[in-house]
Amino acid sequence: MNDVPIIMVKDMHKRFGDVHAVQGVSLEVERGKVIVIIGPSGSGKSTLLRCVNHLETPSSGEIWIEGDLLTTNPHQLNQVRAEIGMVFQLFNLFPHLTVLENVCLAQRIVRKRPRSEAERVGMAQLERVGIPEKAAVYPGQLSGGQQQRVAIARALAMDPKIMLFDEPTSALDPEMIKEVLDVMLALVKDGMTMLVVSHEMGFARAAADEMIFMDDGKIVERTTPHDLFNNPREERTKLFLSQILHH
Amino acid sequence: MAETATSSPIKPAAQAGVGSTPVGRRLIDLPWWFIGIVLVILWAAVGILTRPNFNEAFQWIKVGIVTTLVTSITAYLLAIILGLVTGLGRMSHNVVIRNIARLYVELVRGIPMLVLIFFIAFVGVPAGIDLLHSLGEWFGSIGFTPFANVLAGLENQAVPMLARAIIALAVTYGAFLAEVFRAGIQSIGRGQMEAARSLGMGYGQAMRFVILPQAIRNVLPALGNDFVSMVKDSSLVSVLAVRDMTQIARLYAGSTFRFREAYVTLAVLYLTMTVILSLGVAAIERRLRKHE
Repeated sequence: MNDVPIIMVKDMHKRFGDVHAVQGVSLEVERGKVIVIIGPSGSGKSTLLRCVNHLETPSSGEIWIEGDLLTTNPHQLNQVRAEIGMVFQLFNLFPHLTVLENVCLAQRIVRKRPRSEAERVGMAQLERVGIPEKAAVYPGQLSGGQQQRVAIARALAMDPKIMLFDEPTSALDPEMIKEVLDVMLALVKDGMTMLVVSHEMGFARAAADEMIFMDDGKIVERTTPHDLFNNPREERTKLFLSQILHH
Repeated sequence: MAETATSSPIKPAAQAGVGSTPVGRRLIDLPWWFIGIVLVILWAAVGILTRPNFNEAFQWIKVGIVTTLVTSITAYLLAIILGLVTGLGRMSHNVVIRNIARLYVELVRGIPMLVLIFFIAFVGVPAGIDLLHSLGEWFGSIGFTPFANVLAGLENQAVPMLARAIIALAVTYGAFLAEVFRAGIQSIGRGQMEAARSLGMGYGQAMRFVILPQAIRNVLPALGNDFVSMVKDSSLVSVLAVRDMTQIARLYAGSTFRFREAYVTLAVLYLTMTVILSLGVAAIERRLRKHE
Protein backbone atom coordinates (compact mmCIF):
# COMPACT_ATOMS: atom_id res chain seq x y z
CA MET A 1 0.00 0.00 0.00
CA ASN A 2 2.82 2.40 0.84
CA ASP A 3 3.99 2.70 -2.75
CA VAL A 4 0.61 4.10 -3.80
CA PRO A 5 0.72 7.92 -3.78
CA ILE A 6 -1.30 9.15 -0.80
CA ILE A 7 -2.94 11.82 -2.98
CA MET A 8 -3.61 11.39 -6.69
CA VAL A 9 -5.39 14.02 -8.76
CA LYS A 10 -6.19 13.00 -12.34
CA ASP A 11 -7.13 15.54 -14.99
CA MET A 12 -9.29 17.49 -12.53
CA HIS A 13 -11.41 20.41 -13.70
CA LYS A 14 -13.49 22.77 -11.59
CA ARG A 15 -15.90 25.30 -13.02
CA PHE A 16 -17.87 27.94 -11.09
CA GLY A 17 -20.47 28.98 -13.61
CA ASP A 18 -18.48 30.57 -16.42
CA VAL A 19 -15.24 30.60 -14.45
CA HIS A 20 -12.95 27.68 -15.24
CA ALA A 21 -10.98 27.74 -11.98
CA VAL A 22 -8.99 24.53 -12.37
CA GLN A 23 -8.27 23.36 -15.89
CA GLY A 24 -7.10 19.78 -16.03
CA VAL A 25 -4.69 19.38 -13.12
CA SER A 26 -2.97 16.09 -12.43
CA LEU A 27 -0.86 15.63 -9.34
CA GLU A 28 0.63 12.84 -7.27
CA VAL A 29 1.86 13.27 -3.72
CA GLU A 30 3.96 10.63 -2.02
CA ARG A 31 3.52 9.85 1.65
CA GLY A 32 5.54 12.17 3.89
CA LYS A 33 6.18 14.75 1.19
CA VAL A 34 5.62 18.47 1.59
CA ILE A 35 4.37 20.31 -1.47
CA VAL A 36 4.06 24.09 -1.52
CA ILE A 37 1.77 25.59 -4.14
CA ILE A 38 2.27 29.20 -5.23
CA GLY A 39 0.65 31.31 -7.89
CA PRO A 40 -1.16 34.58 -8.47
CA SER A 41 -4.61 35.06 -6.92
CA GLY A 42 -7.28 33.43 -9.00
CA SER A 43 -4.84 30.86 -10.33
CA GLY A 44 -6.91 28.01 -8.87
CA LYS A 45 -4.48 26.94 -6.15
CA SER A 46 -6.99 27.21 -3.29
CA THR A 47 -9.66 25.54 -5.39
CA LEU A 48 -7.30 22.65 -6.13
CA LEU A 49 -6.66 22.26 -2.40
CA ARG A 50 -10.38 22.40 -1.57
CA CYS A 51 -11.12 19.76 -4.19
CA VAL A 52 -8.65 17.33 -2.61
CA ASN A 53 -11.00 16.82 0.36
CA HIS A 54 -14.10 17.57 -1.74
CA LEU A 55 -15.01 20.77 0.08
CA GLU A 56 -15.57 21.69 -3.56
CA THR A 57 -16.81 18.90 -5.80
CA PRO A 58 -14.65 18.68 -8.93
CA SER A 59 -16.55 19.25 -12.18
CA SER A 60 -14.65 16.36 -13.77
CA GLY A 61 -11.60 14.23 -13.16
CA GLU A 62 -10.65 12.01 -10.24
CA ILE A 63 -9.27 12.41 -6.74
CA TRP A 64 -7.70 9.36 -5.14
CA ILE A 65 -6.81 9.32 -1.45
CA GLU A 66 -4.70 6.39 -0.24
CA GLY A 67 -5.72 4.37 -3.27
CA ASP A 68 -9.46 5.07 -2.93
CA LEU A 69 -11.33 7.02 -5.58
CA LEU A 70 -13.48 9.73 -3.98
CA THR A 71 -17.15 9.61 -4.92
CA THR A 72 -19.97 11.90 -3.89
CA ASN A 73 -21.12 9.36 -1.30
CA PRO A 74 -21.46 11.45 1.87
CA HIS A 75 -20.47 8.57 4.13
CA GLN A 76 -17.23 7.97 2.25
CA LEU A 77 -16.46 11.69 2.13
CA ASN A 78 -16.94 12.05 5.89
CA GLN A 79 -14.57 9.16 6.49
CA VAL A 80 -11.94 10.50 4.10
CA ARG A 81 -12.18 14.05 5.42
CA ALA A 82 -11.58 12.77 8.95
CA GLU A 83 -8.16 11.60 7.69
CA ILE A 84 -7.33 14.93 6.05
CA GLY A 85 -6.74 17.91 8.30
CA MET A 86 -7.43 21.31 6.84
CA VAL A 87 -6.27 24.72 8.02
CA PHE A 88 -7.98 27.80 6.64
CA GLN A 89 -6.86 31.34 5.98
CA LEU A 90 -9.45 32.72 8.43
CA PHE A 91 -8.92 29.96 11.05
CA ASN A 92 -12.66 29.16 11.26
CA LEU A 93 -12.54 28.20 14.91
CA PHE A 94 -15.93 27.57 16.50
CA PRO A 95 -16.51 30.79 18.48
CA HIS A 96 -19.16 29.31 20.79
CA LEU A 97 -16.78 26.65 22.11
CA THR A 98 -13.66 26.95 24.26
CA VAL A 99 -10.27 26.14 22.76
CA LEU A 100 -10.30 22.66 24.27
CA GLU A 101 -13.87 22.05 23.11
CA ASN A 102 -12.86 23.15 19.61
CA VAL A 103 -10.11 20.56 19.63
CA CYS A 104 -12.34 17.84 21.09
CA LEU A 105 -15.64 18.23 19.20
CA ALA A 106 -14.83 16.26 16.06
CA GLN A 107 -12.86 13.69 18.00
CA ARG A 108 -15.95 12.97 20.03
CA ILE A 109 -18.63 12.92 17.34
CA VAL A 110 -16.60 11.68 14.36
CA ARG A 111 -13.95 9.50 16.02
CA LYS A 112 -16.41 8.57 18.84
CA ARG A 113 -13.72 8.99 21.45
CA PRO A 114 -14.91 9.24 25.07
CA ARG A 115 -14.54 12.66 26.65
CA SER A 116 -11.50 11.75 28.76
CA GLU A 117 -9.57 10.41 25.79
CA ALA A 118 -10.55 13.32 23.55
CA GLU A 119 -9.42 15.80 26.20
CA ARG A 120 -6.14 13.97 26.70
CA VAL A 121 -5.44 13.99 22.95
CA GLY A 122 -6.66 17.60 22.70
CA MET A 123 -4.37 18.80 25.48
CA ALA A 124 -1.43 16.94 23.93
CA GLN A 125 -2.06 18.72 20.61
CA LEU A 126 -2.45 22.10 22.32
CA GLU A 127 0.93 21.47 23.93
CA ARG A 128 2.34 20.58 20.54
CA VAL A 129 1.29 23.98 19.16
CA GLY A 130 2.46 25.71 22.32
CA ILE A 131 -0.72 27.02 23.96
CA PRO A 132 -2.00 24.51 26.52
CA GLU A 133 -2.61 27.41 28.92
CA LYS A 134 -5.41 28.73 26.67
CA ALA A 135 -7.48 25.54 26.81
CA ALA A 136 -10.38 27.10 28.75
CA VAL A 137 -10.47 30.35 26.79
CA TYR A 138 -12.84 31.24 23.94
CA PRO A 139 -11.31 31.83 20.49
CA GLY A 140 -12.43 35.47 20.47
CA GLN A 141 -9.95 36.21 23.25
CA LEU A 142 -6.95 34.90 21.28
CA SER A 143 -4.64 36.65 18.85
CA GLY A 144 -4.73 35.62 15.20
CA GLY A 145 -1.54 33.59 15.53
CA GLN A 146 -2.89 31.78 18.58
CA GLN A 147 -6.19 31.09 16.80
CA GLN A 148 -4.39 29.60 13.84
CA ARG A 149 -2.32 27.39 16.11
CA VAL A 150 -5.50 26.16 17.79
CA ALA A 151 -6.92 25.47 14.33
CA ILE A 152 -3.85 23.36 13.55
CA ALA A 153 -4.22 21.52 16.87
CA ARG A 154 -7.91 20.91 16.09
CA ALA A 155 -6.97 19.29 12.79
CA LEU A 156 -4.11 17.29 14.31
CA ALA A 157 -6.31 15.91 17.09
CA MET A 158 -8.05 13.78 14.46
CA ASP A 159 -4.72 12.02 13.73
CA PRO A 160 -4.85 12.97 10.07
CA LYS A 161 -2.62 11.35 7.47
CA ILE A 162 -2.57 14.48 5.32
CA MET A 163 -2.65 18.17 6.22
CA LEU A 164 -3.92 20.81 3.83
CA PHE A 165 -2.98 24.44 4.52
CA ASP A 166 -4.90 27.10 2.61
CA GLU A 167 -2.90 30.32 2.98
CA PRO A 168 -2.51 29.79 6.74
CA THR A 169 -0.58 33.01 7.39
CA SER A 170 -2.22 35.40 4.91
CA ALA A 171 -4.64 36.86 7.45
CA LEU A 172 -2.04 37.28 10.19
CA ASP A 173 -0.19 40.35 11.39
CA PRO A 174 3.51 40.05 10.48
CA GLU A 175 4.66 39.44 14.04
CA MET A 176 2.42 36.38 14.34
CA ILE A 177 3.45 34.65 11.15
CA LYS A 178 6.55 33.08 12.65
CA GLU A 179 4.76 31.25 15.48
CA VAL A 180 2.47 29.56 12.95
CA LEU A 181 5.29 28.71 10.56
CA ASP A 182 7.29 27.25 13.45
CA VAL A 183 4.43 24.90 14.25
CA MET A 184 4.21 23.93 10.58
CA LEU A 185 7.98 23.31 10.40
CA ALA A 186 7.75 21.05 13.44
CA LEU A 187 5.02 19.10 11.65
CA VAL A 188 7.28 18.71 8.63
CA LYS A 189 9.97 17.31 10.89
CA ASP A 190 7.48 14.77 12.23
CA GLY A 191 7.02 13.47 8.68
CA MET A 192 3.49 14.77 7.99
CA THR A 193 2.29 14.74 4.38
CA MET A 194 1.46 18.36 3.65
CA LEU A 195 -0.05 20.30 0.80
CA VAL A 196 0.46 23.99 1.47
CA VAL A 197 -0.86 26.98 -0.46
CA SER A 198 1.34 29.81 0.77
CA HIS A 199 3.62 32.58 -0.35
CA GLU A 200 5.93 32.21 2.63
CA MET A 201 9.08 31.64 0.62
CA GLY A 202 11.23 31.10 3.70
CA PHE A 203 8.99 28.23 4.72
CA ALA A 204 9.02 26.83 1.18
CA ARG A 205 12.82 26.90 1.01
CA ALA A 206 13.17 25.23 4.39
CA ALA A 207 10.41 22.65 4.19
CA ALA A 208 9.16 21.93 0.69
CA ASP A 209 10.20 18.77 -1.10
CA GLU A 210 8.62 20.17 -4.20
CA MET A 211 7.01 23.38 -5.33
CA ILE A 212 4.19 23.87 -7.76
CA PHE A 213 3.60 27.10 -9.61
CA MET A 214 0.02 27.47 -10.83
CA ASP A 215 -1.37 30.04 -13.18
CA ASP A 216 -4.68 30.30 -14.95
CA GLY A 217 -5.99 27.02 -13.50
CA LYS A 218 -3.02 24.95 -14.66
CA ILE A 219 0.21 23.67 -13.19
CA VAL A 220 2.89 25.66 -14.98
CA GLU A 221 5.93 24.27 -13.27
CA ARG A 222 6.68 21.63 -10.69
CA THR A 223 10.17 21.36 -9.32
CA THR A 224 12.34 21.59 -6.19
CA PRO A 225 12.41 24.88 -4.28
CA HIS A 226 16.08 25.28 -5.22
CA ASP A 227 15.38 25.02 -8.95
CA LEU A 228 12.25 27.13 -8.78
CA PHE A 229 13.99 30.00 -7.07
CA ASN A 230 17.32 29.77 -8.88
CA ASN A 231 16.47 28.74 -12.40
CA PRO A 232 12.76 28.75 -13.16
CA ARG A 233 12.11 27.37 -16.64
CA GLU A 234 8.88 29.15 -17.56
CA GLU A 235 8.58 32.85 -18.30
CA ARG A 236 5.39 33.12 -16.23
CA THR A 237 7.17 31.63 -13.22
CA LYS A 238 10.02 34.11 -13.56
CA LEU A 239 7.61 37.00 -13.82
CA PHE A 240 5.63 35.90 -10.77
CA LEU A 241 8.74 35.29 -8.67
CA SER A 242 10.14 38.69 -9.61
CA GLN A 243 6.92 40.23 -8.37
CA ILE A 244 6.80 38.50 -5.00
CA LEU A 245 10.57 38.56 -4.38
CA HIS A 246 10.85 42.25 -5.19
CA HIS A 247 13.03 43.17 -2.20
CA MET B 1 -14.91 59.50 23.83
CA ALA B 2 -16.15 62.29 26.10
CA GLU B 3 -13.26 64.57 25.10
CA THR B 4 -13.94 64.13 21.41
CA ALA B 5 -17.63 64.79 21.95
CA THR B 6 -17.14 68.10 23.74
CA SER B 7 -14.39 69.31 21.43
CA SER B 8 -16.38 68.34 18.35
CA PRO B 9 -17.91 71.32 16.59
CA ILE B 10 -20.86 69.23 15.38
CA LYS B 11 -22.35 68.80 18.84
CA PRO B 12 -23.03 72.26 20.24
CA ALA B 13 -26.43 71.16 21.60
CA ALA B 14 -24.75 68.95 24.16
CA GLN B 15 -22.88 71.90 25.62
CA ALA B 16 -25.89 73.92 26.69
CA GLY B 17 -28.97 73.29 28.84
CA VAL B 18 -29.69 70.29 31.07
CA GLY B 19 -27.62 67.93 28.95
CA SER B 20 -24.35 69.63 29.85
CA THR B 21 -24.23 68.44 33.47
CA PRO B 22 -23.72 64.74 34.29
CA VAL B 23 -27.00 64.62 36.21
CA GLY B 24 -28.83 66.29 33.33
CA ARG B 25 -27.34 63.85 30.88
CA ARG B 26 -28.57 60.96 32.95
CA LEU B 27 -32.04 62.48 33.20
CA ILE B 28 -32.28 62.84 29.41
CA ASP B 29 -31.13 59.25 28.87
CA LEU B 30 -33.76 57.76 31.18
CA PRO B 31 -36.32 55.61 29.34
CA TRP B 32 -39.21 58.02 29.92
CA TRP B 33 -41.54 56.10 27.65
CA PHE B 34 -41.07 53.05 29.84
CA ILE B 35 -41.71 55.00 33.02
CA GLY B 36 -44.86 56.26 31.30
CA ILE B 37 -46.07 52.72 30.61
CA VAL B 38 -45.37 51.62 34.18
CA LEU B 39 -47.25 54.64 35.54
CA VAL B 40 -50.25 53.88 33.31
CA ILE B 41 -50.28 50.28 34.53
CA LEU B 42 -49.98 51.33 38.17
CA TRP B 43 -52.69 53.96 37.84
CA ALA B 44 -54.99 51.47 36.13
CA ALA B 45 -54.22 48.77 38.69
CA VAL B 46 -55.18 51.05 41.56
CA GLY B 47 -58.35 52.04 39.70
CA ILE B 48 -59.29 48.45 38.93
CA LEU B 49 -58.76 47.25 42.47
CA THR B 50 -60.54 50.14 44.18
CA ARG B 51 -63.63 50.50 41.98
CA PRO B 52 -66.16 47.68 42.50
CA ASN B 53 -67.29 47.47 38.85
CA PHE B 54 -63.74 47.28 37.53
CA ASN B 55 -62.78 44.88 40.26
CA GLU B 56 -65.65 42.57 39.28
CA ALA B 57 -64.52 42.64 35.65
CA PHE B 58 -60.98 41.83 36.76
CA GLN B 59 -62.17 38.88 38.88
CA TRP B 60 -63.84 37.45 35.77
CA ILE B 61 -61.10 38.10 33.27
CA LYS B 62 -58.21 36.86 35.41
CA VAL B 63 -59.64 33.33 35.05
CA GLY B 64 -58.58 33.49 31.41
CA ILE B 65 -54.93 34.36 32.15
CA VAL B 66 -54.00 30.68 32.45
CA THR B 67 -55.69 29.81 29.14
CA THR B 68 -53.98 32.72 27.40
CA LEU B 69 -50.58 31.67 28.73
CA VAL B 70 -51.09 27.94 28.08
CA THR B 71 -52.27 28.67 24.55
CA SER B 72 -49.35 31.00 23.84
CA ILE B 73 -46.63 28.82 25.33
CA THR B 74 -47.84 25.55 23.77
CA ALA B 75 -48.38 27.11 20.38
CA TYR B 76 -45.01 28.82 20.59
CA LEU B 77 -43.13 25.62 21.40
CA LEU B 78 -44.83 23.88 18.47
CA ALA B 79 -44.06 26.87 16.26
CA ILE B 80 -40.37 26.67 17.19
CA ILE B 81 -40.20 23.03 16.07
CA LEU B 82 -42.18 23.78 12.93
CA GLY B 83 -40.10 26.89 12.23
CA LEU B 84 -36.78 25.12 12.73
CA VAL B 85 -37.76 22.25 10.43
CA THR B 86 -39.12 24.65 7.81
CA GLY B 87 -36.15 27.01 8.11
CA LEU B 88 -33.76 24.11 7.52
CA GLY B 89 -36.02 22.91 4.71
CA ARG B 90 -35.80 26.31 3.02
CA MET B 91 -32.05 25.80 2.75
CA SER B 92 -32.17 22.13 1.77
CA HIS B 93 -30.29 20.95 -1.30
CA ASN B 94 -33.36 18.88 -2.15
CA VAL B 95 -35.59 20.81 -4.57
CA VAL B 96 -38.80 19.16 -3.36
CA ILE B 97 -38.17 19.87 0.32
CA ARG B 98 -37.08 23.42 -0.45
CA ASN B 99 -40.25 24.14 -2.41
CA ILE B 100 -42.58 22.56 0.14
CA ALA B 101 -41.01 24.75 2.84
CA ARG B 102 -41.33 27.85 0.67
CA LEU B 103 -44.93 26.99 -0.26
CA TYR B 104 -45.89 26.72 3.41
CA VAL B 105 -44.25 30.02 4.32
CA GLU B 106 -45.83 31.90 1.42
CA LEU B 107 -49.29 30.37 1.95
CA VAL B 108 -49.33 31.45 5.58
CA ARG B 109 -48.00 34.90 4.71
CA GLY B 110 -50.75 35.39 2.18
CA ILE B 111 -53.66 34.66 4.51
CA PRO B 112 -54.76 36.92 7.40
CA MET B 113 -54.19 35.25 10.74
CA LEU B 114 -57.84 35.50 11.71
CA VAL B 115 -58.91 33.78 8.49
CA LEU B 116 -56.27 31.12 8.97
CA ILE B 117 -57.60 30.40 12.45
CA PHE B 118 -61.12 29.88 11.08
CA PHE B 119 -59.75 27.83 8.21
CA ILE B 120 -57.68 25.47 10.35
CA ALA B 121 -60.39 25.06 12.97
CA PHE B 122 -63.29 24.40 10.61
CA VAL B 123 -61.62 23.07 7.44
CA GLY B 124 -58.12 21.90 8.25
CA VAL B 125 -58.81 19.83 11.34
CA PRO B 126 -61.95 18.07 9.91
CA ALA B 127 -59.99 17.31 6.73
CA GLY B 128 -57.18 15.89 8.85
CA ILE B 129 -59.66 13.67 10.70
CA ASP B 130 -61.08 12.47 7.36
CA LEU B 131 -57.57 11.66 6.24
CA LEU B 132 -56.95 9.62 9.38
CA HIS B 133 -60.27 7.78 8.79
CA SER B 134 -59.25 6.77 5.27
CA LEU B 135 -55.85 5.77 6.62
CA GLY B 136 -57.72 3.62 9.14
CA GLU B 137 -59.74 1.98 6.36
CA TRP B 138 -56.53 1.26 4.50
CA PHE B 139 -55.00 -0.32 7.61
CA GLY B 140 -58.21 -2.35 7.95
CA SER B 141 -57.98 -3.55 4.35
CA ILE B 142 -54.47 -4.90 4.93
CA GLY B 143 -55.64 -6.63 8.10
CA PHE B 144 -54.09 -4.27 10.63
CA THR B 145 -57.31 -4.06 12.64
CA PRO B 146 -56.22 -2.68 16.05
CA PHE B 147 -54.70 0.38 14.41
CA ALA B 148 -57.65 0.68 12.03
CA ASN B 149 -60.17 0.69 14.87
CA VAL B 150 -58.36 3.44 16.73
CA LEU B 151 -58.23 5.65 13.64
CA ALA B 152 -61.82 4.93 12.64
CA GLY B 153 -63.00 5.79 16.14
CA LEU B 154 -61.62 9.34 15.95
CA GLU B 155 -64.37 11.92 16.10
CA ASN B 156 -64.18 15.41 14.69
CA GLN B 157 -65.79 16.74 17.87
CA ALA B 158 -63.11 15.01 19.93
CA VAL B 159 -60.63 17.72 18.94
CA PRO B 160 -61.35 20.58 21.35
CA MET B 161 -61.38 24.15 20.09
CA LEU B 162 -58.42 24.95 22.35
CA ALA B 163 -56.34 22.37 20.48
CA ARG B 164 -57.48 23.78 17.12
CA ALA B 165 -56.59 27.27 18.26
CA ILE B 166 -53.13 26.12 19.34
CA ILE B 167 -52.59 24.34 16.00
CA ALA B 168 -53.67 27.45 14.10
CA LEU B 169 -51.33 29.76 16.05
CA ALA B 170 -48.47 27.27 15.74
CA VAL B 171 -48.94 26.97 11.98
CA THR B 172 -48.99 30.75 11.59
CA TYR B 173 -45.99 31.42 13.79
CA GLY B 174 -44.10 28.42 12.42
CA ALA B 175 -43.92 30.25 9.10
CA PHE B 176 -42.65 33.46 10.75
CA LEU B 177 -40.09 31.62 12.85
CA ALA B 178 -38.89 29.67 9.80
CA GLU B 179 -37.68 32.95 8.36
CA VAL B 180 -36.09 33.93 11.67
CA PHE B 181 -34.19 30.64 11.88
CA ARG B 182 -33.19 30.86 8.23
CA ALA B 183 -31.78 34.34 8.73
CA GLY B 184 -29.95 33.15 11.83
CA ILE B 185 -28.39 30.19 10.06
CA GLN B 186 -27.40 32.34 7.10
CA SER B 187 -25.78 34.85 9.43
CA ILE B 188 -23.16 32.22 10.31
CA GLY B 189 -20.20 32.43 7.96
CA ARG B 190 -19.73 29.68 5.44
CA GLY B 191 -16.30 28.94 6.90
CA GLN B 192 -17.93 27.39 9.98
CA MET B 193 -19.68 24.73 7.92
CA GLU B 194 -16.50 24.15 5.90
CA ALA B 195 -14.37 23.74 9.02
CA ALA B 196 -16.86 21.28 10.50
CA ARG B 197 -17.13 19.28 7.28
CA SER B 198 -13.35 19.22 6.81
CA LEU B 199 -13.12 17.48 10.20
CA GLY B 200 -15.35 14.70 8.92
CA MET B 201 -18.68 15.81 10.42
CA GLY B 202 -21.78 15.14 8.38
CA TYR B 203 -24.13 17.96 7.38
CA GLY B 204 -26.52 17.16 10.21
CA GLN B 205 -23.75 16.95 12.81
CA ALA B 206 -22.25 20.24 11.62
CA MET B 207 -25.69 21.88 11.83
CA ARG B 208 -26.41 20.52 15.29
CA PHE B 209 -23.06 21.10 16.97
CA VAL B 210 -21.60 24.07 15.11
CA ILE B 211 -24.13 26.12 13.14
CA LEU B 212 -27.36 25.96 15.18
CA PRO B 213 -25.85 26.80 18.58
CA GLN B 214 -24.45 30.00 17.08
CA ALA B 215 -27.51 30.75 14.94
CA ILE B 216 -30.02 30.32 17.76
CA ARG B 217 -27.93 32.56 19.98
CA ASN B 218 -28.03 35.23 17.30
CA VAL B 219 -31.81 35.06 16.91
CA LEU B 220 -32.70 34.71 20.60
CA PRO B 221 -33.83 38.36 20.90
CA ALA B 222 -35.99 37.96 17.77
CA LEU B 223 -37.47 34.74 19.17
CA GLY B 224 -38.28 36.55 22.41
CA ASN B 225 -40.01 39.38 20.60
CA ASP B 226 -42.05 36.89 18.60
CA PHE B 227 -43.17 35.26 21.81
CA VAL B 228 -44.45 38.62 23.04
CA SER B 229 -46.34 38.95 19.75
CA MET B 230 -47.71 35.45 20.19
CA VAL B 231 -49.18 36.38 23.58
CA LYS B 232 -50.98 39.31 21.97
CA ASP B 233 -52.12 37.38 18.89
CA SER B 234 -53.46 34.60 21.11
CA SER B 235 -56.39 36.95 21.74
CA LEU B 236 -57.60 35.99 18.24
CA VAL B 237 -58.47 32.49 19.43
CA SER B 238 -61.44 34.03 21.25
CA VAL B 239 -63.25 33.76 17.91
CA LEU B 240 -63.23 29.98 18.44
CA ALA B 241 -64.92 30.50 21.82
CA VAL B 242 -61.77 29.42 23.63
CA ARG B 243 -62.14 30.97 27.07
CA ASP B 244 -58.97 33.05 27.09
CA MET B 245 -58.80 36.55 28.62
CA THR B 246 -60.32 38.18 25.56
CA GLN B 247 -63.22 35.74 25.26
CA ILE B 248 -64.12 36.09 28.93
CA ALA B 249 -63.97 39.89 28.66
CA ARG B 250 -66.30 39.72 25.66
CA LEU B 251 -68.72 37.45 27.56
CA TYR B 252 -68.60 39.71 30.60
CA ALA B 253 -69.15 42.84 28.55
CA GLY B 254 -71.98 41.22 26.62
CA SER B 255 -73.87 40.06 29.71
CA THR B 256 -73.38 43.18 31.89
CA PHE B 257 -73.04 45.91 29.22
CA ARG B 258 -70.04 47.17 31.17
CA PHE B 259 -67.88 47.52 28.03
CA ARG B 260 -65.57 50.13 29.50
CA GLU B 261 -64.78 48.08 32.61
CA ALA B 262 -64.23 44.90 30.56
CA TYR B 263 -61.97 46.30 27.86
CA VAL B 264 -59.92 48.69 30.03
CA THR B 265 -59.16 45.80 32.35
CA LEU B 266 -58.39 43.49 29.43
CA ALA B 267 -56.02 45.97 27.80
CA VAL B 268 -54.18 46.61 31.06
CA LEU B 269 -53.76 42.88 31.64
CA TYR B 270 -52.24 42.34 28.19
CA LEU B 271 -50.02 45.38 28.61
CA THR B 272 -48.77 44.13 31.98
CA MET B 273 -47.96 40.71 30.54
CA THR B 274 -46.15 42.04 27.48
CA VAL B 275 -44.15 44.59 29.47
CA ILE B 276 -42.94 41.90 31.86
CA LEU B 277 -42.06 39.60 28.95
CA SER B 278 -40.27 42.41 27.08
CA LEU B 279 -38.17 43.08 30.16
CA GLY B 280 -37.21 39.40 30.12
CA VAL B 281 -36.23 39.63 26.45
CA ALA B 282 -34.15 42.73 27.13
CA ALA B 283 -32.40 40.93 29.99
CA ILE B 284 -31.54 38.01 27.69
CA GLU B 285 -30.22 40.44 25.09
CA ARG B 286 -28.03 42.18 27.64
CA ARG B 287 -26.61 38.87 28.86
CA LEU B 288 -25.81 37.79 25.31
CA ARG B 289 -24.04 41.05 24.59
CA LYS B 290 -21.95 40.70 27.73
CA HIS B 291 -20.77 37.26 26.61
CA GLU B 292 -19.51 38.49 23.29
